[in-house]
Amino acid sequence: MAKNEELFNAIIKGKRKDVSVLVQTAVDSGANVAEILMESMIPAMREIGDRFSRNEVYVPEMLIAARAMQAGLDIVEPLLAGTGHEPLARVAIGTVKGDLHDIGKNLVAMMLKGAGYDVTDLGVDCDIAKYEEAVNNGTQVLLLSALLTTTMPAMKEVTEHFKGKDVKILIGGAPITQEYADEIGADGYAGDANQAVGAVEKVLA
Amino acid sequence: MLVTPTKRSVPSKKYWPKFHPKHPELSGCFLMEKNMSKSIAIPTLDQFVYGVCPKPVKTARGLELGTGTVFPEVNFTLPTMNINEETWPQVIAQYTEMADDVIRRAIELEVPQLMIEFETLPDMTIRPEWALEINRLLADKLIEAQEKSGIKTALRFTPNDIREFSRPPIMRSGKYWDSMLETFAKAGEAGADFLSIESTGGKELCDEALMNADLPGVVFALGVLACRDMEFLWKHMVDACKANGVIPAGDSACGFANTAMVLADKKMIPKVFAAVVRVATVPRTLVAVEQGAVGPCKDCAYEGIYIKAITGTPISLEGKSAACAHLSPIGNIASAVCDCWSNESVQNVQLLSGKAPEVSVEQLAYDCRLMNTAAASSPEDALRLRDWLVDSDSALDPQAYVLRPDVVLRISEKIMQEETAYGRTRAAVAAAIDELRKGAESKAYRLEEREESWLDMMEMAIEDDIPETEAEMIAQQAPLVDPAKCDLREYGIE
Repeated sequence: MAKNEELFNAIIKGKRKDVSVLVQTAVDSGANVAEILMESMIPAMREIGDRFSRNEVYVPEMLIAARAMQAGLDIVEPLLAGTGHEPLARVAIGTVKGDLHDIGKNLVAMMLKGAGYDVTDLGVDCDIAKYEEAVNNGTQVLLLSALLTTTMPAMKEVTEHFKGKDVKILIGGAPITQEYADEIGADGYAGDANQAVGAVEKVLA
Repeated sequence: MLVTPTKRSVPSKKYWPKFHPKHPELSGCFLMEKNMSKSIAIPTLDQFVYGVCPKPVKTARGLELGTGTVFPEVNFTLPTMNINEETWPQVIAQYTEMADDVIRRAIELEVPQLMIEFETLPDMTIRPEWALEINRLLADKLIEAQEKSGIKTALRFTPNDIREFSRPPIMRSGKYWDSMLETFAKAGEAGADFLSIESTGGKELCDEALMNADLPGVVFALGVLACRDMEFLWKHMVDACKANGVIPAGDSACGFANTAMVLADKKMIPKVFAAVVRVATVPRTLVAVEQGAVGPCKDCAYEGIYIKAITGTPISLEGKSAACAHLSPIGNIASAVCDCWSNESVQNVQLLSGKAPEVSVEQLAYDCRLMNTAAASSPEDALRLRDWLVDSDSALDPQAYVLRPDVVLRISEKIMQEETAYGRTRAAVAAAIDELRKGAESKAYRLEEREESWLDMMEMAIEDDIPETEAEMIAQQAPLVDPAKCDLREYGIE
């Protein structure tokens, strides 16, 4: 259960101004900043993700919640920087080479950010060098997205490139299946943006 | 390496533009649509049916659209594989097999006419010689089949829009645009009968607007950016067609309205919002006809139903027999007024009965056979079948409801009361919302409880947030545009 119910509900309802006020009030009253984030804000984003998975809300409502979350993060993050608080993990996401589709990728990035991860969006049409650069910068989980059956093989190439290296690979996109993930040796698969959060948690566990 | 075109397979310019002999007034109709009439081409419901249209099209080899027979348009694509120089012989072998299978089965099922669509993959548009080689291969197979068996055949060539490979997209210059121009220019030499595209101008902003259910954002992307790009793009495409003996067919708002439909199917956005987006794409796709496209509209352009009503040009559509490519709530209604019936696309994979493209042409052949049999029985039977196709879908989903022929005619008339592309887009949105409200109140279709508030919000948006003129809309939206995502100068907006 979230400690600050009012803040939790304001994020879920997407009330950006209220979130700013509530976070600032909590900070001013001496609340632990990491606790505000971990016990009220991130659980709110998890709840909105779960409601989406239960078909209770649409993506626009999730995005409104995410923007409200960001309003809170704008206050919290600078304060956390001085406390030694670390994000849950560093992840990077990009659509593979030859593929320009990015709606799903953007949604996954938004949900992961809301869940407390440090997310780098690599964009679309990503070659191996782009993923390599992210890994060299400390990325612990790479998420590969593809919508075209003819760009799926690029996932295999990226997965093989990083085989044996200290990075986990997750894949997703309309034509992607768990079977394909198993076939190419990826560490996991997610069917939607909310599942992606769970999949990242699973490979990092 | 390009296959050298043979003399017999290159359509002679003397055949073009040449339309159905019963409609000589249509010869040389290019650009006649520049100043469109305010009245729509199909004014009454009884004239709005599959297989016939006021402005039929006939190809150089005699294939006819809109003169009474619905026939299959088959599209196919590669199984999961890499496309590069090493795999190119395998790519060619795949397309050879797919074409042979489809043509053979179409002849076995006595399909009277057959169209194949070759929709390029991005790698093939970036390297036009690859796209043109496969196009030539398919054209030669279709020509040979017609000569040997008598089946009337045609090839639709659809290069894909690769301008968005640049981020932000560079729409009017650069290497991607040059590749597209080269592909358009050589389409005739490579045996294309029709030229189409699924253009993407404005999509870079529309995607985000869809995800946010941002109606003003959608209207800006479609009614301003997409319409401006369509005018630019289709002028070049029609010029290329004129110079090379190819029929400029039409576009599709697939990247906009079908994206919305898929998002709604995945319960990511409300269906009623996706229904409005569908209608909002009509003025955008209409621009291609204004520039000289004569049909058929692309198969995935469900807005084509409106294009047929407004312009009288023939259309291709896809529905239940395109489930191999994507799911939809409009499987039957999509065929109600089609002139050509498509499978969208299918991968060359093995099924129990045969390879998937061969299976696909069989499904389409039987769909068409039923429609043509009803039409041959009597005009009343054709209308009866049309109405069954409509009624079996339209009450179940708002996206189907806005494709009802009666709804289409009413909205089309309102669209054409406006003279500008932006004004038509705004009118399309307002009319769609109005029809959806009336339909919901009369329970003519099912509006889920959690969608009701979205219809309310869209009604408020059209009143408060969508300005009457394009200039006002640009003034409202331009400051919100992230220049890293979209360069408005590419749309002629400084």
